[in-house]
Amino acid sequence: MRGIIGYGTYVPYYRLDRSKITAAMGAGGGRGHRAVAGYDEDTTTMGVEAARNALRGSTVTPSSIWFATANPAYLDKTNATAIQAALDLPQDTWAVDAGGSARSAEAALLGAKGTPGISMAVVSDLRTGNPTSNDESNGGDGAAAVIFGDDQDAPVLAHTLGFAASTGEFLDRYRLPGDTSSRIWEERFGEQAYLALAEDAIERATKSANIGMEDIDKVVIAGLHARAVRSLSKIAGDKLVDDLTGRIGNPGAAQLPVLVASVLDQAEPGETILCVHLADGAYANVMRTTDAIADYTPFATVESQIAAGSDNLEYNLYLTWRGFLDREPPRRPDPDRPGAPPTSRSEDWKYAFVGSRDRSSGAIHLPPMRVSMDGGAVDDMERIRMADVPATITTFTVDYLAFSLSPPTVAVVIDFDGGGRFQAEMTDVDPNEVKIGDRVEMTFRRLFTAQGIHNYFWKARPLAD
Amino acid sequence: MASHGIKDQVAIVGMGCTPFGERWDKGADDLLIDAAHEAYASAGVIQDDIDAFWLGTMGSGVSGLTLSKPLQIDYKPVTRVENMCATGSEAFRNACYAVASGAYDVVMAIGVEKLKDSGYSGLTGSRPPSDGTDSSLTAPATFSLLAPAYAHKHGLDEETMKEVLTRIAWKNHKNGALNPRAQFRKEVAKETIAASPLVAGPLGIFDCSGVSDGSAAAVIVRAEDAHRYTDKPLYVKALSFSSGPATGALDPSYDYTTFREVRTSAEEAYKQAGISDPRSQIAMAEVHDCFTPTELVLMEDLGFAEEGTAWKEALNGTFDLDGDLPVNPDGGLKSFGHPIGASGLRMLFECWLQLRGEAPPERQIDSDRTLGLTHNLGGQPGACVSFVAVVGSEVG
Repeated sequence: MRGIIGYGTYVPYYRLDRSKITAAMGAGGGRGHRAVAGYDEDTTTMGVEAARNALRGSTVTPSSIWFATANPAYLDKTNATAIQAALDLPQDTWAVDAGGSARSAEAALLGAKGTPGISMAVVSDLRTGNPTSNDESNGGDGAAAVIFGDDQDAPVLAHTLGFAASTGEFLDRYRLPGDTSSRIWEERFGEQAYLALAEDAIERATKSANIGMEDIDKVVIAGLHARAVRSLSKIAGDKLVDDLTGRIGNPGAAQLPVLVASVLDQAEPGETILCVHLADGAYANVMRTTDAIADYTPFATVESQIAAGSDNLEYNLYLTWRGFLDREPPRRPDPDRPGAPPTSRSEDWKYAFVGSRDRSSGAIHLPPMRVSMDGGAVDDMERIRMADVPATITTFTVDYLAFSLSPPTVAVVIDFDGGGRFQAEMTDVDPNEVKIGDRVEMTFRRLFTAQGIHNYFWKARPLAD
Repeated sequence: MASHGIKDQVAIVGMGCTPFGERWDKGADDLLIDAAHEAYASAGVIQDDIDAFWLGTMGSGVSGLTLSKPLQIDYKPVTRVENMCATGSEAFRNACYAVASGAYDVVMAIGVEKLKDSGYSGLTGSRPPSDGTDSSLTAPATFSLLAPAYAHKHGLDEETMKEVLTRIAWKNHKNGALNPRAQFRKEVAKETIAASPLVAGPLGIFDCSGVSDGSAAAVIVRAEDAHRYTDKPLYVKALSFSSGPATGALDPSYDYTTFREVRTSAEEAYKQAGISDPRSQIAMAEVHDCFTPTELVLMEDLGFAEEGTAWKEALNGTFDLDGDLPVNPDGGLKSFGHPIGASGLRMLFECWLQLRGEAPPERQIDSDRTLGLTHNLGGQPGACVSFVAVVGSEVG
């Protein structure tokens, strides 16, 4: 039997209170919160975090990665390669992108499911919209990773009973490459189109699963067309799963796998779940959980991540982070772009946070060094990945002068549990709250972009409880 | 194999130092010409008497041509030296060795930096292409790491720490107010210092040395020849340099309350000079007060205060102009700014004035001690280069 053998999600730390939009603009906004990717996050980094959470809740190593997003960090260049590198997966991993549309999430999920071996779908999205737009307040940022495999790889947590999809060519939402916000056709037009496509797909999916709607325990409906989603929800009644829009917004392409994960976080064995995705057609997947779900503990649940967020993000910062407000830059030189050859030479360090450990003295070097700082042994090192090792702050500072997309820069000197020290930038933290002795963990971020090159590297963030 | 030092083998017989500051009127060429010719006049020599030159600059030029062209030096050796913020001291050190070796009779060490033409805040530098993982922290931020670590280790609360740092800045500005060559020639009230806008960590703008332009130069000869040039030569007692493995940011045993490079360079210098108790033997010290916590930590690393006590000594006035061991009597980097290649030689210039009794009376140190120390630092806590020199007005 093939099915889901692991999963992980990522909900970024920041929340924008929608009433702050209304207060600032006299329009837009609304009630509740949306999740907001930090200034140093993009769909690739959020994908890495979701995939890390999936792998930290599992013991398997995927041999392929299917990455999907409607907001890719790079065009032409594959984004999944950075995810593969950040996860320290070997060269024989097949990492590919499926991108552009919200529907590409389906390509990643079905592609991973259909690729032999252990295969991971990573879906990530970062949603913006013009200030005061519905997309701005109702969008959300986040990512999810789903690992598919067979029984012999790991216990299957859930498997598909029946699946069907439909496709429609019509104008619902659309965005030209480079635009920061989508255009949307009158919603009533899309609503009727989606309802017909969804009913068709759901009927065929339940039929192929050989069940009726009465056999379904939970219904997940995802999609960026809020009106169509709301209308379709009527078929679910009280089986409808909360789509979390009120608390984190709609993370676009990532919404379907995030909601599936939120269901699995709480699912009992033997639950039948209908998962519907409305995006240029309809996708209907009837899933059943196995006994193994009872023994599976996700590394971080969707709920725990929502609860751990900060509601304090100000709207002006949100606009700055998303490029709608340009701050006066510091009177400092722009950062240099990373060079391709040095970046390639240090791939293990830069992307996977792998240092070197002296085989004789045990001293850990971050960054890796060939000559040991303890005893001077030359080229007698083994690689040691520190990305998942917690650390403690030894000293820290706040740099008000350094170049940053969101000054000030918080810098910490951290000592890892079991050895190893690193001077890191710290993120997802109030500069006034940092203290010596605080616990931190590493997170994969985009430090800055210079001359079209995204500079990815690791930062420290407060350790989740 | 051992380091031997060159105690009393060479001597400074003339020095020059331009006013430091925002020298919109002068380029690096002009500053070099001014400092060199002041030094020639001070030593009573002409340019043709100089056999070789050592030029220290971090970024105001490359190669010996940076000096030989503006000064129109006729086909003499000019060595351009760079060693981060210790560049000026490094030019001096190598020039001294050239004389001690017997290779040359008369040499010049000269340093210059023209920082204010960049238009940027703070120091900037170009780096070789990298993987993008190097720290992007500014200099004040890296040095500000010392403050919470020191306070934490020695049990100071935030307020006391701020008071200590403020007093260091206040003392150096007070000294600088008496110095016509300084960039800032005004006393600054402690309240103003403490309330200045934050730059990094607890450091306000007044905890940071300024950005300025300047140049300073020294003429160096063999000690036995010194009296042909001046009645009051300054003998070089010790020159030490320590370049660390830069493992502070890697090594959990480093606690950001000390500079190991300073400790090793100080030990080496005291050994060369035969100093057993610097606190009681040294008349004055010019140290690298790039930021106030740097000076605090240096007092312990240089052996002027017991570990964990420098903050009390700083508050008690030990290092004031009229204290037990005056530190930065010329006003330090705090008052002069830090034109990188020039700073090390500017420190020696204050020793030149003080130990020969030629400082202006309002800041002349009254001491029967005959030794002065300069200390110059480059890099950041945990990864730096450190220079220490001891000079004295008497042989032996």
